Amino acid sequence: MRGFGDLHLCLPLGNLRQTERMVCAASELGYRFVGVPLPPRAPRSEVRQLQEICSGVGLDFVTRLDLKPGRPSELLRELRRLRRRFEVVSVECISKAVARQAAKDRRVDLLSFPMDPRRRFFDRAEAELASGSLTSLEVDMAPLLLLRGVLKTRLLSSLRREVKIARKHGVPVVASSGAASEYLLRTPQDYAALATVFDLPLPLGLQALSENPRSIVERNREKLSPGYVAPGIRVIRRGGNCLDA
Amino acid sequence: MRRRYLALQIVSEEPVPRRDLTDAVWDSVLRLFGEHGASQADLNLIEHNPERNRAVLRCPHNALNMVRASLASVTKINEKPAAIHVVAVSGTLKSLRERFS
Repeated sequence: MRGFGDLHLCLPLGNLRQTERMVCAASELGYRFVGVPLPPRAPRSEVRQLQEICSGVGLDFVTRLDLKPGRPSELLRELRRLRRRFEVVSVECISKAVARQAAKDRRVDLLSFPMDPRRRFFDRAEAELASGSLTSLEVDMAPLLLLRGVLKTRLLSSLRREVKIARKHGVPVVASSGAASEYLLRTPQDYAALATVFDLPLPLGLQALSENPRSIVERNREKLSPGYVAPGIRVIRRGGNCLDA
Repeated sequence: MRRRYLALQIVSEEPVPRRDLTDAVWDSVLRLFGEHGASQADLNLIEHNPERNRAVLRCPHNALNMVRASLASVTKINEKPAAIHVVAVSGTLKSLRERFS
């Protein structure tokens, strides 16, 4: 897996034409893999169809689950039930308790926060927990394109503070489009330029659209593969006496 | 002064007139960076092809990121949904034309 990736492409699952248009646009703009949020009970046929549409234009399709739990116990229950069905799991943290639980849980890949600055809980403690569990901070770019005036200013201010904390504590930042229409999709280089507005330097912005999302997908695919046992341990052969080999 | 030429692809359902394009770009620069930032951007629309929705924009090289961020922030042109993609950047118009033609 090489090149740029967008881990949050919001495809309208019921609308095949619009889905195809968006997937084609993503491919033309230079993305090589896209993460598509799916409902927990998405029919296999629908997932296969999306996979075919993506592979038809040379895109690697990544399944993604968006969780929005109200309480930490709800988050744990959902993770136990659904983690192994999806390649990427994102948690929208609507309370501090959920944010803390998500940050320290290794099964969570991405932390995202509501736009309301009072409900963005990515502080120093959160970053320390996230850096210990390889959880990344996700920045959706669509609200930056859509918001105007004071709301945009507040969002930029929050993002600037969060990116500074994330860099200080070594938490990877993942920039995603969050686009629900092709008019909200931009090239990775344009997103990286836009990220400089909240003080994410251009090379780190490009990394947030390539290496950081790629490492999440590669790590999780390895974990979900049949031979995986634990980090660094995998089954290479079954049956017989392995000592004789 | 070192300059950068940006080849733009405008995504819109209908051809975008030159005036609407420049208004949208300037409006976006002003909204994102204010009058002080816009004065540094020193934007110039060099070429515009409304049939193919393509354009070439010139800016100082040190304002490139600012201009790219502003172009990315354009979501509407003349109140209609639109997007502007930077498809190539070059130091000379000649090499840009060679790559973009």
